[in-house]
Amino acid sequence: MNLNLTLIGQAISFAIFVWFCMKFVWPPVIAALEERSKKIADGLEAANRASRDLELAQEQANQLLRESKDNAADIIEQANKRANQMIEEAKEQVIADGKRLRKAAQAEIEQDVLRAKEALRAQVSVLAFAGAEKILGTTIDEKAHSEIVEQLAKEL
Amino acid sequence: MASENPNASEYIKHHLQNLTYGQHPDGSWGIAETAQEAADMGFWAIHLDTMGFSIGLGILFLWLFRTAAKKASTDTPKGLQNFVEIMVSFVDNSVKESYHGKSKVIAPLALTIFVWIFLMNLMDLIPVDFIPRIAHDVFGLNYFKIVPTTDMNATIGMSLSVFALIIFYSISIKGFGGFVKELTLQPFNTPIMIPFNFILEMVGLLAKPVSLALRLFGNLYAGELIFILIAVLPWFAQWALSVPWAIFHILIITLQAFIFMMLTIVYLSMASEEH
Repeated sequence: MNLNLTLIGQAISFAIFVWFCMKFVWPPVIAALEERSKKIADGLEAANRASRDLELAQEQANQLLRESKDNAADIIEQANKRANQMIEEAKEQVIADGKRLRKAAQAEIEQDVLRAKEALRAQVSVLAFAGAEKILGTTIDEKAHSEIVEQLAKEL
Repeated sequence: MASENPNASEYIKHHLQNLTYGQHPDGSWGIAETAQEAADMGFWAIHLDTMGFSIGLGILFLWLFRTAAKKASTDTPKGLQNFVEIMVSFVDNSVKESYHGKSKVIAPLALTIFVWIFLMNLMDLIPVDFIPRIAHDVFGLNYFKIVPTTDMNATIGMSLSVFALIIFYSISIKGFGGFVKELTLQPFNTPIMIPFNFILEMVGLLAKPVSLALRLFGNLYAGELIFILIAVLPWFAQWALSVPWAIFHILIITLQAFIFMMLTIVYLSMASEEH
């Protein structure tokens, strides 16, 4: 068990090893460790943020959906109203047309009747003269009696 | 080998002798052929086996860790990088728990101590005759001890370095006056008690490096000795003892490396704190 120069040699190599370790081994490893832990922290934070964003986006989407549903309902209602209105208008139009046509038809009919009456009146006077002639057996002066017959025809 | 058919005592002594290079008493330089020759070389001799293995293992440690450190990325770590990161963060946590100063040296120092001592201790698990036999038969070396930490020079060399750091931190943080005060005015803060305090504190201070060195040396030396004793048994019976002892020793070598590291951190944090 001799104490000798080995002791000093050991101390020197120890010092060199520690120096080397301090310069070239420790800093990169510790830097990598710290950077990784920072990266993990950042990642966790990003995940939190993303889930918050997602929640927000979902809420927004729901809001939009609700709004568009309301809009759609409005539009449908309006369309229905408009359709009803058009139907009403069409009906009114048809009724009005019908009335107008009927009126025209009636007017024409009345005119026809009047015309027929006129024609009949004219025929009646002729018939009356003919009948009277037969009964009396004589000729009747048309000019003298036409006043009476015309009066009679007017009463018809 | 000292003799071709050594008895047990010769065998054990032979295995406890380092390969020593130094100056013979007659003035020539060379490798000591016997234990007596090695002892005669005095202080100016060097243990080639201790130095070789400790430096080799130190370089292995630094090479491994440097390789991982160069490739260190923030992606998912794999293989070597994973191992190195676990070691580094383990040491970093140990340092952060007990040392509250700002020094950049403590943590790398602790890592170096832990891994280097662990690797040197690990040599203990290589069967005692393997490498010495190769050294003898291939290189013609008479003595070869492969566990640097069973050489007291290695452990004292390290503990003295730690001791130097203790003194350095004490003085640089508390100032020379503060350091002297700490040595002389504790535990009894009166001028009369200065000599008593000084002796007490001095013993306490010197006990730190001595206990560091001797604890590690003693544990590993004893472990190695038991491996050598087991190796004296007949070859067919050795496994029954050497296997359990080796398994137990896995715990010892890790524990001793850890203790050396933790005590270094604790001593240095004590040195850096005002009382």
